[in-house]
Amino acid sequence: MVEEQGIRRLVAHLILWIGIAVVAFPVYLAIVASTQEASLIANGQMSLLPGGHFLENYYKTIFVGTSGSTREPVGVMLLNSLIMALTIALGKIAISILSAYAIVYFRFPFRMWIFWMIFMTLMLPVEVRIYPTYKIAADLHLLDSYAGLTLPLIASATATLLFRQFFMTVPDELLEASRIDGAGPLRFFWDTLLPLSRTNMAALFVILFIFGWNQYLWPLLITTRDDMQTIVIGIRKMITTSDALTEWPVVMATAVLAMLPPVAVVILMQKLFVRGLVETEK
Amino acid sequence: MMDARVKPAHDGSELMQKQSVFHSPLLAFLLLVPQVSIVLIFFYWPALQAVWQSFLLQDAFGLSTSFVWFENYADLLSQPEYFNAIVRTFVFSAAIAGSSLSFALLLAVMADKPIRGAGIYRTLLIWPYAVAPAVAGVLWVFMLHPSLGVLARGLRNMGIDWNPLLNGDHAVILIVLAAAWKQISYNFLFFLAGLQSIPKSVLEAAAIDGARPMRRFWTVTFPLLTPTIFFLIVVNIVYAFFDTFGIIDAMTGGGPAKATETLVYKVYLDGLLGGNLGSSAAQSVMLMIIVIGLTAIQFRYVERKVTY
Repeated sequence: MVEEQGIRRLVAHLILWIGIAVVAFPVYLAIVASTQEASLIANGQMSLLPGGHFLENYYKTIFVGTSGSTREPVGVMLLNSLIMALTIALGKIAISILSAYAIVYFRFPFRMWIFWMIFMTLMLPVEVRIYPTYKIAADLHLLDSYAGLTLPLIASATATLLFRQFFMTVPDELLEASRIDGAGPLRFFWDTLLPLSRTNMAALFVILFIFGWNQYLWPLLITTRDDMQTIVIGIRKMITTSDALTEWPVVMATAVLAMLPPVAVVILMQKLFVRGLVETEK
Repeated sequence: MMDARVKPAHDGSELMQKQSVFHSPLLAFLLLVPQVSIVLIFFYWPALQAVWQSFLLQDAFGLSTSFVWFENYADLLSQPEYFNAIVRTFVFSAAIAGSSLSFALLLAVMADKPIRGAGIYRTLLIWPYAVAPAVAGVLWVFMLHPSLGVLARGLRNMGIDWNPLLNGDHAVILIVLAAAWKQISYNFLFFLAGLQSIPKSVLEAAAIDGARPMRRFWTVTFPLLTPTIFFLIVVNIVYAFFDTFGIIDAMTGGGPAKATETLVYKVYLDGLLGGNLGSSAAQSVMLMIIVIGLTAIQFRYVERKVTY
């Protein structure tokens, strides 16, 4: 019986390692390819072990870019992605916590109407309203701007719901105590509610940062200038040229750089990530 | 962990109210202005426009428009091309959800066992969630590129004439692989949470009754996991419908010969080519209806889960 248990555990370890290998292999290959010579890869003779062109390839990727299709260096794209991801994440948190505060702690006409109006946007992802939204952004002169990249994505039903949910669990006594101290609505929000929401905000931030960084369809529509491209869009444009011209080491270095920030966030802030994922996905 | 998932619809009207509140409507409206204006300008206004345009027909020169009721929809549904895109999208969803869910469940069951290093396994399995769909697409294109891909080389040696650039079935497999790969971590996390919420006493009781591990899994664990499985099926279908856009655009651009053109990708391509505004709008509205349907199913499920 004990021996059988031992074998079962061994099998479990084995299957998990196979799973990890399957999950990690494409990324391993990208890292390896980003350290090799372009001609070797183009000839289909890529080695499965890292090559010696790590510094050279990454220098070229970040500061020079490809010689072909997207002439911007990837450093610029990284900066664009960072601005976009941070603005979306922080913007969503800011406007959602304000609207949740209004909906939970105030009484005013059409309160539930507004709540449902925000809530129903869950059913209108950008994919179902691509061109009308694009047209509005164009009419508002938002093309090729950071505002255009971020503003239309900054409303958030999930974040509003999450904060509303959390505020409902905050004891009423806190508000009464703060009132006795003579605090108004803004003081109560700033001094009491905001500090209490810190963990929720952090968990949301992790999820929303990844969401913002990985945006694809909207930046694809809204940016036409090379210097406004995000890294996720830029990498795709690097491989649309004919095969012979694709500089695979640069493409793969770009892929590694595009994965690095969000993956690092998941691994370094795993607890917050899991919490955020479970709480937002409902 | 799963208890946090409670819907607003279920916390009852009496809980929708705080006992102690502020009565300054003006301040409340000011707090709501940013969110509400973005929602109105970038969500409802374009959605309404799509609905309105879907009832309009422009003449060939774009000079006049007339209101045609459901003609655009009738047109759309009578096109074999559109019908094919619907079938294709469902095949994609089934393949992606099926493969990703079963692999993730296997891994989660293994990681749920009392083995050493379970935490490390979890860390090593969840990070692909953070990889952008388009980047996942690029990684898999590179591995399975017909002339220089490492895995394609292996397939060649096995005598398979692998070429996703020309063979539609190969292109479909390519996209399903990349999409399923990216979704494993998400499914794994939720399966693990679901498994951990199953009381150990139930499993011990089954063990005392003499049920072997395999039997224990199918008769006790699996039925108790059905709420999680159902939730994940819906999420995976939504993912396959909408989030695969980046994967498809990076890998195949809908080709070869429309073999990988899903409903969402078709809306994008048709709009890009310009052409029929009304038909494009009708396609968008059809997608809206699908999202509303899927969301409604998801909600019903959560409702059931609460009474379990």
